[in-house]
Amino acid sequence: MNLTLRIWRQKGPEDKGRMVTYQVDDVSPDMSFLEMLDVLNERLILAGEEPVAFDHDCREGICGMCGLMINGDAHGPQRGTTACQLHMRQFSDGETIDIEPWRARAFPVIKDLVVNRNAFDKIIAAGGYITAPTGSAPEAHSTPVAKANADAAFESAACIGCGACVAACPNGSGMLFTAAKVTQLSLLPQGQPERYTRVIGMVDAHDEAGFGGCTNAGECTVVCPKGIPLNTIGRLNRDYLAATAKRGDTPGT
Amino acid sequence: MAVTGLLLVLFLVAHMLGNLKVFTGETSFDHYAHWLRDIGTPLLPHTWYLWIQRTVLTVAVVAHIVAATVLARRARAARPVKYAHRKKVQGSYAARTMRWGGVIILLFVIYHILDLTTGHLNPQGDASNPYGNVVADFAPERWYVTLFYTLAVVTVGFHLRHGAFSAFRSLGQQTPKGERRARTGALVLAVALCAGYLVVPFAVLTGLVS
Repeated sequence: MNLTLRIWRQKGPEDKGRMVTYQVDDVSPDMSFLEMLDVLNERLILAGEEPVAFDHDCREGICGMCGLMINGDAHGPQRGTTACQLHMRQFSDGETIDIEPWRARAFPVIKDLVVNRNAFDKIIAAGGYITAPTGSAPEAHSTPVAKANADAAFESAACIGCGACVAACPNGSGMLFTAAKVTQLSLLPQGQPERYTRVIGMVDAHDEAGFGGCTNAGECTVVCPKGIPLNTIGRLNRDYLAATAKRGDTPGT
Repeated sequence: MAVTGLLLVLFLVAHMLGNLKVFTGETSFDHYAHWLRDIGTPLLPHTWYLWIQRTVLTVAVVAHIVAATVLARRARAARPVKYAHRKKVQGSYAARTMRWGGVIILLFVIYHILDLTTGHLNPQGDASNPYGNVVADFAPERWYVTLFYTLAVVTVGFHLRHGAFSAFRSLGQQTPKGERRARTGALVLAVALCAGYLVVPFAVLTGLVS
């Protein structure tokens, strides 16, 4: 396959940045999208140019490092797939592909396609923990968990924090991520002691980071590589309403 | 957004049911319109109830617009650098037209009040004969008025299709099954309100009500 790539190049956080066109020939349809970028980078290095910086780590779709806006789709055209797991067979020979970083005020570009997702860490730090005695593993049956709750919590826990929800959201909101991180704990008995301080703290951290507000447009869940359902945000809303009714505006510690 | 929106939906339902009184004849419809001014009497003086309702609705509309503006400004601030290649929102048409649809609805409401409440833009504009005002308003030669009403009502329908679902979600609707119900309910509500509102101008246009 021969492809034309239009890639966002930005030297550093202060640089204005621009789309630059590259030609990549002899791409195998069996390559992953990131391998295709590796091929481009090897050629750029041989030619003495600066390679394109992009985030990646496990390349197995579970670490949440990779994240590219490919032709206006977060993680590309295939649903439920991270950019590293996307194969070039999803594209056709001769196609022009636009590759951009996630766009959000809370995710400033560090270089080229790499963005700083510390805002997510701040949200997790604001409430993504439980209080539990450490030491030997507890007896598994000592704390019963309803199967439906265990399943829903697991669904939320599948979030890899890649940021695709923010990238796709027309409001630049990180509510699906925040909701996943809130509900993976609030649905389980172990998460109850901090349930209400957690939701207030995490939503406050979300808003302080400069994310937009959720309008239930539903774009996030479509691009989510882990398929976190939209109703997760409803669970967060319910906890938030209960928390503000119960505790006023006491944030998490 | 959710609380003020649901309050406005309640008004829309009541208003639509009142409109349908037009099919019960001129005397009945005019009597209904005058009765609206006497709700709560003798506890409340004449038209007091109406003014209380108008105040509540105005506060709800203003709060709704303020909340929408805050959300829109936050959304704009949250993405300072736009995408060079941006697909259309994959969610519903209703969801992505909420903001501009809302602006259209606001303009329509202003026109509608000047037309059928104060009568300034109505060809008859007789406060004692609302039935006649309606018939004069949607007369066949004033087809453009009917067209504008139709477009505005359909815009309200789209606004409600996303808005009603979104309101339930904001108030804590949290299960996938409930989401399907809320979406279906919002669609049914939107279609029912559209039909209920449009049947009146079209009845006048076709001569069913004259």
